[in-house]
Amino acid sequence: MKSLEVSQLAYAYPDGTQALFGVDLSIGRGERVALLGPNGAGKTTLVMHLNGILTPGHGTVHVAGVPVVRDRLKEVRQRVGLVFQDPDDQLFMPTVRDDVAFGPANMGVRGEELERVVKEALDRVGMLEAIDRPPHHLSFGQRRRVAVATVLAMEPEILVLDEPSSNLDPAARRELAEILRSLEVTVLMVTHDLPYALELCERSLILSGGVIAADGPTRELLADDGLLAAHRLELPYGFAIPAPPAGGRG
Amino acid sequence: MHVPDGFFNAAVSVSAGVVAAAGVAVCLRGAKRELDDRTAPMAGLVAAFVFAVQMLNFPVAAGTSGHLLGGALAAILVGPYTGVLCIAVVLLVQGLFFADGGLTALGVNITLMGLVTVLVGWAVFRVVTKVARGKSAVAVAAFLAALLSVPASALAFTLLFWVGGTAPIDIAAVAGAMGGVHLLIGIGEGLITATTVGAVLAVRPDLVYGYRGMAPALIVNGQPVAPAAAQPVKGGAGPFLLAGLGVTAILASVVSYFASSSPDGLESVAEEKGFIGQAGDHSLGAWGLAEYGEANGVPLWIVGLVGVGITLLVAGAIGYAVRRKKSAVEA
Amino acid sequence: MGAGHRHQLYRPGTTPVHRLPAQCKLLAVFAFAIVVVATPREAFWAFGLYAVMLAATAAAARVPFSFVARRMVIEIPFVLFAVFIPIIGLGERVTVLGLSLSAEALWAAWNILAKATLGVIASILLAATTEPRMILLGAQRLRLPSLLVQIAMFMLRYMDVIMDEMRRMRVARESRGFEARNLRHIPVIARSAGALFIRSYERGERVHLAMLSRGYSGSMPIVHDMSASARQWLTAGALPLTALAVMGMSLL
Repeated sequence: MKSLEVSQLAYAYPDGTQALFGVDLSIGRGERVALLGPNGAGKTTLVMHLNGILTPGHGTVHVAGVPVVRDRLKEVRQRVGLVFQDPDDQLFMPTVRDDVAFGPANMGVRGEELERVVKEALDRVGMLEAIDRPPHHLSFGQRRRVAVATVLAMEPEILVLDEPSSNLDPAARRELAEILRSLEVTVLMVTHDLPYALELCERSLILSGGVIAADGPTRELLADDGLLAAHRLELPYGFAIPAPPAGGRG
Repeated sequence: MHVPDGFFNAAVSVSAGVVAAAGVAVCLRGAKRELDDRTAPMAGLVAAFVFAVQMLNFPVAAGTSGHLLGGALAAILVGPYTGVLCIAVVLLVQGLFFADGGLTALGVNITLMGLVTVLVGWAVFRVVTKVARGKSAVAVAAFLAALLSVPASALAFTLLFWVGGTAPIDIAAVAGAMGGVHLLIGIGEGLITATTVGAVLAVRPDLVYGYRGMAPALIVNGQPVAPAAAQPVKGGAGPFLLAGLGVTAILASVVSYFASSSPDGLESVAEEKGFIGQAGDHSLGAWGLAEYGEANGVPLWIVGLVGVGITLLVAGAIGYAVRRKKSAVEA
Repeated sequence: MGAGHRHQLYRPGTTPVHRLPAQCKLLAVFAFAIVVVATPREAFWAFGLYAVMLAATAAAARVPFSFVARRMVIEIPFVLFAVFIPIIGLGERVTVLGLSLSAEALWAAWNILAKATLGVIASILLAATTEPRMILLGAQRLRLPSLLVQIAMFMLRYMDVIMDEMRRMRVARESRGFEARNLRHIPVIARSAGALFIRSYERGERVHLAMLSRGYSGSMPIVHDMSASARQWLTAGALPLTALAVMGMSLL
């Protein structure tokens, strides 16, 4: 069974602006996939469909076989872990502990089991020692790691990260990459940070004009200058795609 | 002006507590109707905004500065129900975390700074926008709403102090001084409220509660149609309008009654230079109330009511003039 | 008067006063304030004893005198008000230092000053020894509507975030040479306030989405164990109960 299956998804905002024009994509269990696209391509709109915040105008979304429909939102939201771009939006409780506990508690977890789940999730992102601190006393990178923990605590089928590398200094960026690589969970990473996509994801999708314009190995997509230029994507100045490691994967 | 403990006797403190609790309970229901499960995060964020914006000091006159009460501003931006909740929570937090405002006076504080400012502000705002619509009318209405909400709050304080304060005062004298000074402070509150509402209107008119239903209609095939998403302000906040007008009327008639019954008190205030603020402020307050006192032979509460009526008429006329001017420009 | 809230009062610690459950302290301070307000103003000695009781509490909580004194500036506007009451008050007048003052109003001024000061000190001690979050949870335990508590929780969480945004806007204004000096500058400040409102509102919407994404369905799922033992209630009750006894004596 696929972790995520999106088929013929189209959506128009209430004001009539259409953002998605038939998106098809499928992500297998355990894959790490980057969703690339310029600003305004419909990335955020697509993400909002994955856990039912927006309802499709046409088409379907399935998460681990569960259709994203009103009646099954609770199951869906447990299975899709959405990490927002600004950790301050995500960390809305007065302490790290309460924040990480919010999701599992909504799923009915209580007492010692809840405490165990919270500690385990924080441990996985290396933030266990911050459990009693208020979120606004943490650094930006620490807050983003806690934000990842808040969804990991719900043991999701798929982790969806919106611009995970934005506003991170190089060290925090590397630490987050290490954490993401260590997680045994399907990851969909929405970004326009192409080197980060290359570093973490073997496969990439390009969302452009409300449809999936390309789907393939990240290395190949990023090597195609014409493709990138056609979709307003650019590698940073001076960045050259490194040679695959000896005896490379796959 | 967070009232500390000891200002009011037990009866007034408890009654104000009951009034505040009832008001907040009504607003919890009203806000939940409007915002549903968004109530907690939205009202919480707006309360944090009000808290921050109360720290913006604005220059009033040479050397002095005031800061925002924010009741009228909150009512216009997020609606009267949510507005009251935001101010109440700000006061609660200030009392509990910052020791600002006595715990036994929490009811008095919520009543004066939450209920009275929002009720009076919202009533004035609605009356003006009934007469004139559009962005400039909203700005004018916001100015008048905030302007009047400040002295209204001060007068309500005076009234409570006269009923159950712990000191014997000449209510006319204090009402004159408080009303006058706070009318002046109200100008600052009005200006900053109107310009803030205007600034939000310019960028995100859809966020201004008081502007709902006033957005220009879409044109389809040459015919204007109502936008599908527009929900005009009506019904839900109606009781607010009535209650607001009621509070305004009561304040005005009671104050004018006492103002006239002992006109000498006004002069004594004028002599006590430096009571609160500057001498110039007093003459303003004294003048306004002395005028009320001159109405020979007419029952004075009627004078008060007439005063409210005239105020609202003037407000309406200004709004109307703005609308006329605007349509003249467009024509 | 509403300004100067930049620093919260809470001082972390492990004293017995810190460790008491918030709802006990909250009720104790509230009851103490009521007793103080209800005490007849002629009982000078009772107010003296109240002050001693607060001093003992402060000592037990290791809250230094200077800390309390600094925070008491919040009272100043009302001290001024109290000073003016005898000048404008009614009734029989006495002459003090050449000023004709109302005798009745002098009593009133003393009454307000004494009670407001004791109330402020008690509130400062509560806020200094109790984490803000726990105060709110304690208030909820005392039947404050949970929706109101939730709103206050969100305010608590985002207060600093929004103040930081406001500070950044001020720096941006001032780094371009702007300084608010008179009424004409209000529009500039108001534009910042407007922008701040939009940001706050939009953040509220995003927070709501983040809550939905983690299964929020209208009520806060996390329950805190806020139980208090009879012993803790008794400890917290010492302050208002002693005060009540003092008041009782003052009425004899």
